Amino acid sequence: MFVTLKRIFSYARPYMAYFILTLICAVIGVSLSLTAPVFIGKAVDCCVGKGLVDFPELGKIAAELAAMVIGSGIFQWLMSLCTNKLAFLTVRDLRSDAFAKLERVPLRFIDRTTKGELTSRVINDIEIISDGLLQGFTQFFSGIITILGTLIFMMFINFKIAIVVVLLTPLSFLAASKITKATHNSYARQSQMRGEMVSFAEEMAGNQKIVKAFVYDSRAEERFEKINSEYGKIGVKATFFSSMTNPTTRFVNGLIYAAVGLMGSLGAVGSLSFVGRMTVGNLSSFLAYSNQYTKPFNEISGVFAELQNAVASAQRVFSVLDEEEVSDDSGKAVLENCSGAVTFENVFFSYDPKVRLIQDFSLDVKPGQRIAIVGPTGCGKSTIINLLLRFYDIEKGRILISGKNISDITRDSLRSSFGMVLQETWVFTGTVAENISYGRDGASMEEIIAAAKSVHAHGFIKRLPKGYDTVISEDSGLSQGQKQLICIARIMLMNPPMLILDEATSSIDLRTEHRIQRAFIKLMEGKTSFIIAHRLSTIKNSDVILVLKNGNIVEQGSHSSLMKQDGFYARLYNSQFAS
Amino acid sequence: MKKLLKYLKNYKKELIFGPFFKLLEAIFELIVPFVMANIIDKGIAGGDTAYILKMCGVIVILGICGLGFALTCQYLAAKCAYGFGTELRRAMYSHINSLSHSSVDKIGTASLVNRLTNDTNTVQNGVNMFIRLAVRAPFLVIGAAVMAVTIDVKLSLIFFIAAPLISAIIFVIMRKTVPMYKKTQQNLDRAALLTRENIEGTRVIRAFSRQQEEIREFGTAVDDIAESSIAVGKISAILNPAAFMIMNLGIVAIVWFGGVRIDAGNLTQGELTAFTNYMTQILLALVVLANLIVTFTKAFASANRVSEVFDLPPEENGSLSPSGSGVNIIEFRNVSFAYDGAGDSSVRGLSFELKAGEMLGIIGGTGSGKSTAAALIPCFYRATEGEVLVDGANVLDWDRDVLRSMIGFVPQKTVLFTGTVRENMRWRKADASDEEIVAALKTAQAWEFVEKMPDGLDTFIAQGGRNLSGGQKQRIAIARALVGAPKIIILDDSTSALDYATDLRLRKAINEDMEGTTVIMISQRTTSLKDADKIIVMDDGEPAGIGTHEELLLGCGVYREIYDSQMNEKEGN
Repeated sequence: MFVTLKRIFSYARPYMAYFILTLICAVIGVSLSLTAPVFIGKAVDCCVGKGLVDFPELGKIAAELAAMVIGSGIFQWLMSLCTNKLAFLTVRDLRSDAFAKLERVPLRFIDRTTKGELTSRVINDIEIISDGLLQGFTQFFSGIITILGTLIFMMFINFKIAIVVVLLTPLSFLAASKITKATHNSYARQSQMRGEMVSFAEEMAGNQKIVKAFVYDSRAEERFEKINSEYGKIGVKATFFSSMTNPTTRFVNGLIYAAVGLMGSLGAVGSLSFVGRMTVGNLSSFLAYSNQYTKPFNEISGVFAELQNAVASAQRVFSVLDEEEVSDDSGKAVLENCSGAVTFENVFFSYDPKVRLIQDFSLDVKPGQRIAIVGPTGCGKSTIINLLLRFYDIEKGRILISGKNISDITRDSLRSSFGMVLQETWVFTGTVAENISYGRDGASMEEIIAAAKSVHAHGFIKRLPKGYDTVISEDSGLSQGQKQLICIARIMLMNPPMLILDEATSSIDLRTEHRIQRAFIKLMEGKTSFIIAHRLSTIKNSDVILVLKNGNIVEQGSHSSLMKQDGFYARLYNSQFAS
Repeated sequence: MKKLLKYLKNYKKELIFGPFFKLLEAIFELIVPFVMANIIDKGIAGGDTAYILKMCGVIVILGICGLGFALTCQYLAAKCAYGFGTELRRAMYSHINSLSHSSVDKIGTASLVNRLTNDTNTVQNGVNMFIRLAVRAPFLVIGAAVMAVTIDVKLSLIFFIAAPLISAIIFVIMRKTVPMYKKTQQNLDRAALLTRENIEGTRVIRAFSRQQEEIREFGTAVDDIAESSIAVGKISAILNPAAFMIMNLGIVAIVWFGGVRIDAGNLTQGELTAFTNYMTQILLALVVLANLIVTFTKAFASANRVSEVFDLPPEENGSLSPSGSGVNIIEFRNVSFAYDGAGDSSVRGLSFELKAGEMLGIIGGTGSGKSTAAALIPCFYRATEGEVLVDGANVLDWDRDVLRSMIGFVPQKTVLFTGTVRENMRWRKADASDEEIVAALKTAQAWEFVEKMPDGLDTFIAQGGRNLSGGQKQRIAIARALVGAPKIIILDDSTSALDYATDLRLRKAINEDMEGTTVIMISQRTTSLKDADKIIVMDDGEPAGIGTHEELLLGCGVYREIYDSQMNEKEGN
């Protein structure tokens, strides 16, 4: 826990000045505010009764009190300002770091982590750190000062009553912890019911159209109502139990107040000799202190829970920041004038050391050749692409592009010599035009439209409410096929020396695909291209077809020669048309 | 917004008695300083030990009563809030079920789910806090003021200056900060969106070498968050110190003017102590209120989002039940349809007739309007122009449930639900027998693998059908639509994950097993539709041709093009 805390504060180091100022302001502000009851007590003692008021003294005390109050207010305000800056600037840096880290971790890490989880670390966890740790810290700090301060003042006024107060304090804690324990079970049950309700809603309301199509609504309502009413019942219980804490601690504090009042008054009367003499003013300030003294305890126990949360969140964020990064390649050569020759030399690779995948893979591609990779699911087709673009690094062997080992050139220059379209489409929140020109900043509108036209996307884009200026996103209602067309248009605009099409047309209807083929063929002219497809018809015209099975090339050749061989490829091909 | 209040009507008792008990607690809390004042003035001044003991006992009793009242209030608040929440959710879910597809599109299913679960919870929490705390603050403020007035009218003037002043500051700060909090939240949402998209598109971003640009863009997003947070923090930082200062300056005034009143014999020392105590109580109550306002703002925002759902009108419904009188089971008369807010119609000028038992094929490219045309038949959407008739009557006049019960629908996107295969198969017909279910699975070519599963029909399907392959899910989804002998079956491109051989067997089985059933099959493969009685070729929303396979080959250019492209690949040239 302390290691984590230390690390969080290392992020706050550039803002150390704010941190120190926060502490100083907290000490001054709180101490000043704590003197108020003393002054009020003194003032009360100045007003003994009719005609007995010491006005010069009272005036002095009032002026002093006013000065203290104003001073304290100003320092509290400064403290808030400093805390704010400290918290938000630290969190900003932490978040930037976490995000930048995501751009530098190997894909292996991103592939094996749930996407929602990573987002939640960058956004929610860091938010919790901001709320819990940095803001909680000042609350915690001023709470401690208040407790210590009030304790000192109380001891100063009357040591013995102060001891009684200290002895009674655990009562409040005891009550709170008893209630927390009792609450825990019903809380767990409540969050379980809530989970059930959310997943039911996600499934049913999330597929509302199907529910309607099957006239399932009344049955769905019955099922929902069962969960809903159960949730309601358990919710009343859980909420009631948890809401007992405040009144109960308030009650305990009331008891402390009564005890102080009793002993103070008896002391003032002189009938409780061990307490010692007290003035009415003493009693009044003592009562004020005992009220203030108990308050931070509630807050601090709340802060502790938040602090634990924050530390847990911070650990999750740091575990991302501690991930290994891809090696730095800034000093390496830049791939220029890429000829398009690609060579795999005895390449070995596997995702999981226990499951061998690509073994001793060799391939020689001449510039401008069209290479198709086919094979059953899981045979390593997409893996070849992962290795080619260095999304994953090979274990043994070499991959050469244009005669250069790809591990000796910068990743950026390697990747920018490829244009890639994947089966999993990716559009980001932005206009259609922005999405198409993603690979080429500053492309003109004419070029964008030409690219869209070449992939037959112009028609549907035109029909969108704002045409090319329509803001789209992953779930903005575009069909998978339409998104894929936009991704292809992106590549059309880029005109890279080499191409990778990984199931690039899997969601597009055959007729449109057929039309796009022409554009593709034009684009591929003179370019080395790698095509992965499950519809074998689309790759018949390739120069070389690689048939992969379990990470190995089992057959290799042109379509007609492979068909003649009547082997694995021929079987695969014919099975498509068994009708 | 107001409409949501009606879900509170069964909880009037709690709504009245909850705050009432809170009021009692507040009153008892307010009496304590008063009692203490008496202890000082009578007990201490008179040296009356017995009186002091008695009064301290009173304070303890007040505390016990206060505790009792508070707990009663908390219980009533929880009961009212959750009762309200439960009724609200019930009504909301039922309303969601009454919405048309267009309305669902307007809000989006993801957002509907969110509103049904999270937003109702926030509102529920708001009600709970309202009963528990919102009432307490004004009670304490008013109560303390009343007590002050009863002690000394003139001195209480200070209250009437300080309390409104603090309230005004809270009000001004809230009015400034609440919209700023919204802005901060928007900035945070944007950062979340960027993160999510970045993780999803890592490969593309790296392939385009855009990492630095993305980091820079995220940098501006987090700068915005920091900037707006600090800006809002600057203003809200004023609240506590300002309230603290005003209250304590009020106490300074009380001390001074109190001294004057005491000197004149109008006030006692104990009463002065009570006065300062009340001042403190007011401040604390107001600060709690200020923090609550944030909770309420959130609750109001959520209540508005919930209200928006209720504001969507339920789907209009007709009352007609099947007559079987129509010559044509389905007829389109010059039908056009545009989605709400779309620039252009998705279907234009479509007319055709279909007799019972016939098979209709619809073919066309991505986004050509195939699915949209089919969705007009069960009246998921209402034609913007023209008429859609089922069994001789306009679909608008049909009783929606009766109409849809006649139709077995297989959507393009396969969705199965958590539960056993049997439960999924009973979606169309709640009491379908195992024989019916197996028959449907057989027709859909799904029985061959369901039978082999260790638990057969009791095999559990995980959420979204994760434990089945794409082809298996699709076949179960088809079987699900066949249970209970629908009059019309609509297959919306729902065999895409099946290999050609299975697809063929499936079509044959539907032909043989479902005789007399009208089949509407949307497909991208001409081979799948070859045997249809009628094929509609959709091109960019318009029918490019209607006829049989042979007729279209001769007379429809678009169809010919599709056919050729598919035949080419088959022949391997």
